[in-house]
Amino acid sequence: MSTDLLSEVVTSSEQVAARPIAASRRRRRRFSWWHVVLIPIALLFLLPFVQMLLASLSPAKELVTFPPPFVPSHLTLDGYSKLFTQTDVLLWLGNTVIVSATAIVSNIVLCSLAGYGFARLKFAGRSFGFFMILATIMIPTQLLMIPTYILFSKLGLLDGLGAAIVPWLATAFGIFLMRQFFLSLPAELEEAGQIDGCNRWQVFFRIVLPLARPAIATLAIFTLLGSWNDLVWPLIAINNDQAFTLQLGIANFQSTRRTQWDLLMAGNVIATLPLILFFLVAQRQFIATMTFSGLKG
Amino acid sequence: MQQSRSATVTESVTTMTDAGPGPRKKVRDRRPGWRASLSGWGFVAPATLIILGLSIFPAAWAFILSLQKWDGFSDATFVGADNYAKLVSDDEFWGAVSNTIGFTVLFVPASVLLGLFLAVALNRKIRFIGLYRTAIFVPFVVSAASTGILTTYLFSPQYGVVNNVLRVLGLPQQGWLEDPGQAMLVIAIMSLWGQAAFTTVIYLAALQDIPSELIEAARIDGANPWQVFWRVVWPQLAPVTVFVAIWQTIGAIQLFDLVYTTTRGGPLDATKTIVYFLYEKAFKTLQFGYGSAAAYVLFFVTLLITVGVVIYSRKRNLEAF
Repeated sequence: MSTDLLSEVVTSSEQVAARPIAASRRRRRRFSWWHVVLIPIALLFLLPFVQMLLASLSPAKELVTFPPPFVPSHLTLDGYSKLFTQTDVLLWLGNTVIVSATAIVSNIVLCSLAGYGFARLKFAGRSFGFFMILATIMIPTQLLMIPTYILFSKLGLLDGLGAAIVPWLATAFGIFLMRQFFLSLPAELEEAGQIDGCNRWQVFFRIVLPLARPAIATLAIFTLLGSWNDLVWPLIAINNDQAFTLQLGIANFQSTRRTQWDLLMAGNVIATLPLILFFLVAQRQFIATMTFSGLKG
Repeated sequence: MQQSRSATVTESVTTMTDAGPGPRKKVRDRRPGWRASLSGWGFVAPATLIILGLSIFPAAWAFILSLQKWDGFSDATFVGADNYAKLVSDDEFWGAVSNTIGFTVLFVPASVLLGLFLAVALNRKIRFIGLYRTAIFVPFVVSAASTGILTTYLFSPQYGVVNNVLRVLGLPQQGWLEDPGQAMLVIAIMSLWGQAAFTTVIYLAALQDIPSELIEAARIDGANPWQVFWRVVWPQLAPVTVFVAIWQTIGAIQLFDLVYTTTRGGPLDATKTIVYFLYEKAFKTLQFGYGSAAAYVLFFVTLLITVGVVIYSRKRNLEAF
């Protein structure tokens, strides 16, 4: 990640945010002492990224000399070329894209359907069903790992991409999120649709779903973050390096390529860059997702 | 129109028209008809089956497993509560418990205080505020695997930037992840780096919800900024603090990823947490029963903490939940 790209994206988004107070901007704002506090903190938070990027572009030798130089003598792409020729990182990246894309599409479809059903339709067992789904949020994943592993091995799902995908097909959080959203929609819209002769499914797909875009964005980001960064479950369920997810492959470098820092950091840049870029573009939605996932309890 | 039987459903649902299909359905009919039920389940069944099938069912199975001795290949033998009894007398397990508590004690207060501090610092309209926010929030999207590699690099005793800075400042070099006394501290620091965004965002949202009249009134009454914060703002944030503390505690008790990607439980088991212990027992030595018992202990501890804090906060009328 390049830091000037970061600042560019951020300042532009900041200007958008600051537009309402642009009028007061004309007279010089007073200097705030908070800058003195915030600048070092911000730099400290960014430092690991700078180190990661520098190390990935450093000559391998300089990363294992003592004392280590703070800045490399020259920049090189050796780390990246080693990464791409000696490892399957692109395959793993592809695997992760498949897992996350499937998870996102499946969550959007299944959780909006279920969220709508629990919010609006009346049927026997509705309250009980929703209660059970909420109860599952309390169950820690660690409790489920062992039986799920055994179950997947019986179903022949282990060691393939399916193992990473299936647990992400639908999430309790997603149902909860979508239900909350549909409850907040005025029911008159749907009634109007029904009066015009739409059935339940048509009302859902033609009227309700298009209105649900903000909630769907939150759900998509939540699913993306979770499925992209998941480590424990793929670690247990996938032992075949052709089906590794990116996180699993990178985590494995720790034992197989212990001191090849240039390659390790190049891999790290590849693994983190997509989400970082996405975060910079859709920062607002990410923050909304964090706030909601925090406040659901 | 039907009356909803669920107390959690808001009024908007009750204003909805009857879901029943034909004109034959009477208004007094309180139970949804089979056709409405079929259509309702048509909407919710796929997601519900996946979620319950991958949580309630395995959770029950895990309990049965915890009463067995099984390696996954030979026949399972029923051993009753033996696995739990063995846990109680297992020094390795108690070591993992104390490491987990150690991490929780380091991480939770620090993460709550840091989040509060950053939220207060970021909750103002000054120049570059968007930049500061981005810098503090962006580590949140970095995975544990990546953070782990970064941690080993930054804190490497020979080549890491941290020791390099210490060297330039003339301070003694540290062992960090290779020192049993410091490894957990390093993991806590990097967890804070990745997680600060979460507590900050929650506190920011809460700060913005505090009515500005409250703060104005305190100011007019002559309170200085320090007093305004501790006498007016801080009490308003109490429910959020309870919530954030619980949430971070649950997360801290389940620490695994960052341990796996940095120390793998070492050095000298100093960072072996409960979940890491569970992982080793179940997937390295294939003691499915023993691992499940450890998982159930973890589950109950989590549940106890949550219920305990909820009851405590209800008593004090904090209404975090």
